[in-house]
Amino acid sequence: MAKKLRQIAIYGKGGIGKSTTTQNTVAGLASLGKKILIIGCDPKADSTRLILHAKAQDTVMDKVRELGTVEDLELEDVMRTGYAGINCVESGGPEPGVGCAGRGVITAINFLEEEGAYTPDLDYVFYDVLGDVVCGGFAMPIRENKAQEIYIVVSGEMMAMYAANNICKGIVKYAASGSVRLAGLICNSRETDKEAELIEALAAKLGTQMIHFVPRDNQVQRAELRRMTVIEYSPEHKQAQEYRDLALKISENKKFVIPTPLTMDELEGLLMEFGIMEEDDEEIIGKVEGA
Amino acid sequence: MSEQCAIKKVTEITTEEVDRIKAWINTEEYKEKNLAREALVVNPAHACQPLGAQLVAHGFESTLPFVHGSQGCASYYRSSLNRHFREPAPAVSDAMTEDGAVFGGQNNLHEGLENAYALYKPKMIAVFTSCMPEVIGDDLNSYIQNARNEEIIPQDYPVPYANTPSFNGSHVQGYDPMLKSIVECLGGGKRVEGKNNGRLNLIPGFDTCTGNYREYKRIMKAFDIPCTMLADISETFDSPLTGTYHPFPGGTPLDETADVLNSQATIALQSYATKLTTKWMAQNTDAPVETLSMPIGVKKTDELLLKISELFDKPVPEELIAERGRVVDAMTDAHQYLHNKKFAIYGDPDWLLGMVSFLLEMGAKPYHILCSRSNKKFAKTLQALLDTSPYGADCNIWINKDLWHLRSLCATDPVDAMIGNCHGKFITRDLGIPLIRAGYPIIDRVNLHRYPTVGYQGTMNLLTWTVNTLLDQVDATCEDRNFEIMR
Repeated sequence: MAKKLRQIAIYGKGGIGKSTTTQNTVAGLASLGKKILIIGCDPKADSTRLILHAKAQDTVMDKVRELGTVEDLELEDVMRTGYAGINCVESGGPEPGVGCAGRGVITAINFLEEEGAYTPDLDYVFYDVLGDVVCGGFAMPIRENKAQEIYIVVSGEMMAMYAANNICKGIVKYAASGSVRLAGLICNSRETDKEAELIEALAAKLGTQMIHFVPRDNQVQRAELRRMTVIEYSPEHKQAQEYRDLALKISENKKFVIPTPLTMDELEGLLMEFGIMEEDDEEIIGKVEGA
Repeated sequence: MSEQCAIKKVTEITTEEVDRIKAWINTEEYKEKNLAREALVVNPAHACQPLGAQLVAHGFESTLPFVHGSQGCASYYRSSLNRHFREPAPAVSDAMTEDGAVFGGQNNLHEGLENAYALYKPKMIAVFTSCMPEVIGDDLNSYIQNARNEEIIPQDYPVPYANTPSFNGSHVQGYDPMLKSIVECLGGGKRVEGKNNGRLNLIPGFDTCTGNYREYKRIMKAFDIPCTMLADISETFDSPLTGTYHPFPGGTPLDETADVLNSQATIALQSYATKLTTKWMAQNTDAPVETLSMPIGVKKTDELLLKISELFDKPVPEELIAERGRVVDAMTDAHQYLHNKKFAIYGDPDWLLGMVSFLLEMGAKPYHILCSRSNKKFAKTLQALLDTSPYGADCNIWINKDLWHLRSLCATDPVDAMIGNCHGKFITRDLGIPLIRAGYPIIDRVNLHRYPTVGYQGTMNLLTWTVNTLLDQVDATCEDRNFEIMR
């Protein structure tokens, strides 16, 4: 019997560590013996460098630009296999300020489907998606028959939580007509105050779970400088164990929900509750220092 | 006319200069420059994806084609089909504008579905997209599901949909996803284990010759095999004039379509226009799903008839065997006029494969073969076909080139005649090379779409048109002393 393919999309605020978290987690899943495809859906094309030990691979859109058409493109031109047999593809996209990166994601995913990148031996497909759900193109990975589980990478910083809440609003839209569900928040620690509790509380309000708290550790940076995941660079290190724990939790996760996003007031209320904002903060709004 | 009223020329170009350029664009030097051209397409031989999707939608009973996108795009598909068939091509659009581009087109789609459903009462609405919603990434599946949830359309009302970005591929690529979606929407999950309704699903592909559909039906009738023709446009675009207007004449019955997974077999007659559909069929039924070439010429028609005979365990009917004998006789009578004659042909991949096969069996050379939207794989398939015959030697395949390229090629390396749609007439006018009209569109001659070009009858038609066009050319251009009553 064919394996049940799980397709997972990772969203989160820009710079939150989506790509690093994704690649380390995928490496963790691979160490559990899983067969995985990563599809980077970001014009920056940095979703696979730790797996491939390469600066950036040829992206689908690079090749399309070179050939002038997607028609003559072959799968082997854009798919590379890296650490632990993990298959990697980057959608790529235009330079900042021109063109339409969202359409690039649509073109790339359509191409991968047509050319048979979703092979029956796969256990997981991971979509590492740029920033927020900014337009229809970046929601392509969560259309019907694609990713059904979404993890949001978040930290205790207000804007990261704000972005996570916004992403949940996007998920609600798609969940109403399809089977896409929120599977959890991954807290990528920034060592802010009461971070774990805060994200636990946010998760509870959203109707989901904080699936794992990934502590901050410079080992991640050391591995990244070598273009490696921690799991590959130092499998015995405690940080590697964190990612393996996260991988295991994802593989055993059954809690898939339609999220219940917060209003802006509720979100601020949450921050006050945890002392990030003071109750009487109202008065300081718009006031300069010393005023 | 007074001197002040004389039209002032924008630029002063002497007659000599005009003549010099006229001659120059026929040279090798210009051809090289022309073939190196990348940034501009002049007179392509293909249309866009949604046009293919709309043709499919017209081929089903009481089905309204619905364009999710800009209104001007919808007008183009309609007028293009309308000019070719000289019949109305009723379709609606949800007229997305600036706000749709910013906020997504769900509101347009919902209002459009509500109105179309109430006004035209079709049994099915087939939705496909133009460029704009594809660029902004509108998710048709969720929009349509939301329309059901909000009771804009009934839960079980069929609304198949296809993503057909106009800026990618051609009408050939747009045909397939729409057909697949319709078949899946109506017939998905209706496979009954052990059931065989004894029918053949026949998928002609993107074919705008209503005569071809009738020819396929005639063949199936001769075999006495019931046939579900998937996307049957023969009545839609060739219905009798009775004085009463029917918005949706003809089309494949929806209940027949719902039973496709229980048919005895499926045959697709174009591979490039039916990939997704045949793949879905093969995944959802154990019955054989075969993809053959378009049956143009004797060899390809033989292949179709033998395949039907094999799949249904029935002999090829005597009347078709007799027809074959007649067309072979006609080919023998005509071959001396076609032997080693060079042709330029241009059109869709599947049509080209059929046409090349026909020319090769007549001993003619398909010398310039041009497809303005395809890929290297197709070029390889075509080359393999050319390699099967000595007449295929030294023939040239031009992929992703347009008719302005073809003009250069015909100027420097001429052919005896061209076969293709009416856009080639500019080459005829400039270079005097006669054009045999076939393919899509033909908007400058009448009734050609009513004459089959497939099967033995179609082969007879093509043969007749081709040879007589060459003979007309001889009569029109030969010296007086060679002007003979008998040819």
